[in-house]
Amino acid sequence: MELLVASAVGILTAAGIYLILRQRTFPVILGLSLLSYAVNVFLFATGRLAVGAPPVLNKYKEVAYTDPLPQALVLTAIVISFGMTAVVVMIALASYLSSKTDKINMTEEQTAGDDA
Amino acid sequence: MNHLLIAPVVLPALAAPFITMVTRHHMDLTRVFSVAASVLMVIFTLALGWQAADGTVQVYELGDWQAPFGIVLVLDRLSAMMIVLTAVLGLIVNLYAIGSGWDARGKNFHALFQFQLMGIQGAFLTGDAFNLFVFFEVLLIASYGLMIHGGGTKRFQAGVQYVVYNLLGSTLFLFALGTIYSVTGTLNMADLAVKVVELSPDNTALIRVGAIMLLLVFAIKAALLPLHFWLPASYAYAPAPVAALFAIMTKVGAYAILRFYTLVFGPEVDAAAGLGGDWLLPAALLTLGAGAVGVLGARDIGRLIAYGAITSMGTLLTAVALFTPEAAAAALYYTVHSTLAAALLFLISDLVIERRGVEISPKAPMAQNGLISAMFFVAAIALAGMPPLSGFLGKLLVMDAARDHDMVWTIWAVILGGSLVTILGLARAGTLIFWKAYDADTKPSDTTDEAGRPAALPFVATFALIAGLVALTLFAGPMSSYAQATAEQLFTPTAYLETVLGGAAK
Repeated sequence: MELLVASAVGILTAAGIYLILRQRTFPVILGLSLLSYAVNVFLFATGRLAVGAPPVLNKYKEVAYTDPLPQALVLTAIVISFGMTAVVVMIALASYLSSKTDKINMTEEQTAGDDA
Repeated sequence: MNHLLIAPVVLPALAAPFITMVTRHHMDLTRVFSVAASVLMVIFTLALGWQAADGTVQVYELGDWQAPFGIVLVLDRLSAMMIVLTAVLGLIVNLYAIGSGWDARGKNFHALFQFQLMGIQGAFLTGDAFNLFVFFEVLLIASYGLMIHGGGTKRFQAGVQYVVYNLLGSTLFLFALGTIYSVTGTLNMADLAVKVVELSPDNTALIRVGAIMLLLVFAIKAALLPLHFWLPASYAYAPAPVAALFAIMTKVGAYAILRFYTLVFGPEVDAAAGLGGDWLLPAALLTLGAGAVGVLGARDIGRLIAYGAITSMGTLLTAVALFTPEAAAAALYYTVHSTLAAALLFLISDLVIERRGVEISPKAPMAQNGLISAMFFVAAIALAGMPPLSGFLGKLLVMDAARDHDMVWTIWAVILGGSLVTILGLARAGTLIFWKAYDADTKPSDTTDEAGRPAALPFVATFALIAGLVALTLFAGPMSSYAQATAEQLFTPTAYLETVLGGAAK
């Protein structure tokens, strides 16, 4: 299972970084999403991988339980990255609609001109 | 527990929804409540600053959970200084935004502004690494909205770049926190400080990876050289009052570096050895140099000042990278100065841009040419670090602190050379904008201001910043002794650790 989780994080990160280096907005946003998935899985693994261990509250007996803190961290991270993705999609859409191009870089004549 | 401690976070958190939901359709009411919240923020932070000035460390346990388990807010001299600076800058920028009419050019300026203040104040106050991430996100998501306030093609395009860059930074922050948690099992900063020292040598490599990733994240925030690419375009195309407020955002990065690499990864921790000297110092010097070259080469006013801000961050981080109490004290003095000076230049640039456009080229004289050129002159000598203003004293303190360092000649040469190039760049821009104006063939522009706008308020705000710089120069003695005391508190964190973790023993 360690191999599976580690390679999943690695592949997601690699794919995310590749997509972020693309020139157009849509692949970049997809890349950011992949990276946020990678980091969520990674955060889960920081509490050590455990199979079949009970959650922190167990009413039957005292047993070793899984670390609950990474789960709370992942939940926070998921909510934040979801909100951030929505914001970046909206800003990218506004940029595309007003500039008629979804290129992420600003060309020379665009930067040299005056302020909008 | 002192409940005043959480006021800088709760106040804007209440003010912003109130402004959005209740006063949304009344611009005047919105402005009244926004200014009232900013004034209250200044009062609260001054009271907190007064409490922290005698060197006591206060801790606020959220939900009354004990320290390593719950989230804590911690107030020491450093946090107190930064929250007062943020509150004062916030009030001045708010007044400017109202006076110049920027807040009416789009929706929800004041609500976003308050959320931005909430994020910044929270980042300065928190004593928990994951909570720092959350407050970073709060200040970032508000800054995304403020950055594209007013709209326009280029502002949106620069906004996309800014958002993507910072989302990458946030992802890296999470990776860093995950790595650190997997080794130490805690994210409370005081608890981390204790655990990292006790760590077994087997785990050194992993914690070192975490420390380096964390340094990268804060370097992105602080616009350190290889990671500064987001700054020029975003600052140049952001609305000027927003850019002035962003002057404190780069300081959040510098603050976090100072906090983490004195408290958690201090000089005595093997795992983080050499990060400051070997990596941070050359990068900071390169930042200074690149910023100065950018000032010289800038073709529009926004970029000129954005690169000026990068130069001042380079100087600041040079002082931080020395990691001695004297250098930290110099860095703190310079933080206050460079925040005020950069904000002042952004506000003045807006006055210029409103009247004659963004290009640095001769055009007909604008309205209030004399007054604005005088203010630009004052701000330029402050930013470049010429006597008599506080920039000179700040740079003197930084150079004095570097006296015993191995690379002292390199540091002095870069700081002095950078100052010279910055002066040249600013003088070139000022000459073209203000003096050559009278040589231009075109007729003088209309000298009356647009009707129906309180034209005095922008000048009140800029003069308040100038007054701040003058006060910082006049009271340099008390200010630098406060900075000295702050630095000593930073480098002997026993009081911090005992106050935060003392709750666990109760």
